[in-house]
Amino acid sequence: METGVKFTDISLGRSKERRRDDPNTFEYTYKAEITNIHRLTPKESLYRIQILDPEERIRFTFSPGQFVMLELPGIGEAPFSISSPPSRHGDVELCIRSVGNLTNFLSKVGRGARVGIRGPFGTSFPTWEMHGQNVLLVAGGLGLAPLRTPIAYVQENRSRFGDADIVYGTKDPSQLLFTYQYDMWRADDINLRLIVEKGGPSWDGPVGMITTALDEILAAKPPSYFQKTFAIVCGPPVMFKFVCTMLNEREVPMQKMFVSLERRMHCGMGKCCRCNVGSTYTCLKGPVFDYWTVMNLKEAI
Amino acid sequence: MKKRARRHRREEGHGRTDMIFRTLGKAELPKLFGVMAAGGKIVAPVEAGRDRENRPVYVFRETARFEEAALSYTTTKLPAKRYFLPYREDLATFRIEGDDWQKLVDYNVDRPRIFFGLHPCDINALNRLDKVLLNGVYPMPYYVAKRKNMFIVGIDCLPQPYCFCRSMGADTALHGFDMFLTDLGDDYFVEILSDTAYNFLRCVRTSEPGEDDHARYMKAVSRKNDKFIAHVDTTDLTKILDMEFQSEVWKQWGDRCLACGTCANVCPTCYCYGVEETVSVDLGSARKTKTLYSCNLLDFAEVAGGHNFRPERHVRLKYRYYHKHRGFVEAYEEPLCVGCGRCGESCLAGITVPEVIASVRGEGA
Repeated sequence: METGVKFTDISLGRSKERRRDDPNTFEYTYKAEITNIHRLTPKESLYRIQILDPEERIRFTFSPGQFVMLELPGIGEAPFSISSPPSRHGDVELCIRSVGNLTNFLSKVGRGARVGIRGPFGTSFPTWEMHGQNVLLVAGGLGLAPLRTPIAYVQENRSRFGDADIVYGTKDPSQLLFTYQYDMWRADDINLRLIVEKGGPSWDGPVGMITTALDEILAAKPPSYFQKTFAIVCGPPVMFKFVCTMLNEREVPMQKMFVSLERRMHCGMGKCCRCNVGSTYTCLKGPVFDYWTVMNLKEAI
Repeated sequence: MKKRARRHRREEGHGRTDMIFRTLGKAELPKLFGVMAAGGKIVAPVEAGRDRENRPVYVFRETARFEEAALSYTTTKLPAKRYFLPYREDLATFRIEGDDWQKLVDYNVDRPRIFFGLHPCDINALNRLDKVLLNGVYPMPYYVAKRKNMFIVGIDCLPQPYCFCRSMGADTALHGFDMFLTDLGDDYFVEILSDTAYNFLRCVRTSEPGEDDHARYMKAVSRKNDKFIAHVDTTDLTKILDMEFQSEVWKQWGDRCLACGTCANVCPTCYCYGVEETVSVDLGSARKTKTLYSCNLLDFAEVAGGHNFRPERHVRLKYRYYHKHRGFVEAYEEPLCVGCGRCGESCLAGITVPEVIASVRGEGA
């Protein structure tokens, strides 16, 4: 007869396939290399990060709107929305503003640095449901970063969408991101409307709030447009509140309006509670929420 | 009996199987403890000292001596959390070589531990944590590895004035333990849930409970029920918390709250944490460390750049209640609170869960 408590080693089941229900994938980091850094503004850069293992890179799939945890060993780890198209798999681009410890350190590292990536995590914009519909993308400031993925998706699948409009506003012209892509977007029949809160000598475009630019776009649309439109709104909370209210008044259905929330996640997997809004995990139930859900989240807006 | 034991062997761990009841003479308990101690590390409630009013202060601690185990303890100041959710632990270490690095992951457990004398509230706390950390999406291996290596001997208790486990549905433990002891006077009524426990019990003298033992068991249970003083009315609580989200009472509690995080520290179900990475002085290695946190602390919801989503104390205090008594209930049909009363007993500002919830419901205070 045997008495005693046997040791259970949960790491014995480690497999090469990464599954959400396998505890051994929890702390698994893809090793990746920063292959290029594109300075967009003095504060923001686009980091091109490639998963080193070719097999892992191909197997890394994500949907527009999802995020990854970027880890710099010894410095820290933080969540970032993916800004590159899903067709590029684990050769991702992250648009990052230097604001905290990790991102300030990141702004000093060069090409070739080895970093870690975990993910992808979170919900995504339901691009498949948007087929056959119009898309309206509204971005404020750094909010353009997560929208660059759906924009690329629209470019790659242009035949599957009706009207495609982007309304993008920043504080001043120097903060506009991805300026080198605007002509390409327009050439792909995406209507881009820019607006800045404060112009300057080099700026001859419109000046005002983003709602002004949006108003002009919406005014030109026929009444039939609104019911057949998906909207994605990304920016500071004040902005999406105003924008979503405007769209709601024109009867864009609430479940067709999506926002992406920003919170500071420490795990990305519904454990640390740091990203909770009310009692909803932004990392699991978000970061992409439809407007109905966001309105019913305590403390979201 | 043999056939039953075999059935248990197939379903190891904490899965619910057929229960086996036995009675165990109290004189046999030291022997049982000894058999367990011979093969592994035992954690038990131990009297660590006395407080200002000369009441015993209990802690969970490793001990190999039965006499040290204070099995008729009230509540420990701290839960047994440090054995399955340590205050601080490394999630990973890194070896840094030039421009490259290697990540090493260790779940920080190398042996099973026997917990001798956990109250139902603390067993239920584990069961509720399991829902997030073990059974949910992305099971957390640091917890899973420790939890799978816990052998639990539960023991019944007498409710203290601050205990409201009954209101939280945590006054009895239905599963999540290996063996549960209920005091019948001269004997313990033993509930057996695992073959490991069954095998331990074969080393001591037990007997089949008779009708009189059943009667004594039911008497013990009703004696416990009569002892409850503190209550929380949970009727429609999730909806009431929603309705009263802007209520002024939160501000009053916020004014009293010191935002010190003690409540989370002593809570057997609080699992929030923060992650920090540090690098060694010679730059040769780094570590990624998880530290338990508290949503009452000022920077809990701060994002890079300095924006704080919950800068005010009352908003953070409210969030804590909201998570435990609304969000968790919505997700798992029970609150993330087992009514052990530790938070209220430890709070320097004297904030207790029954009082806060009563005030939100517009009662008392």
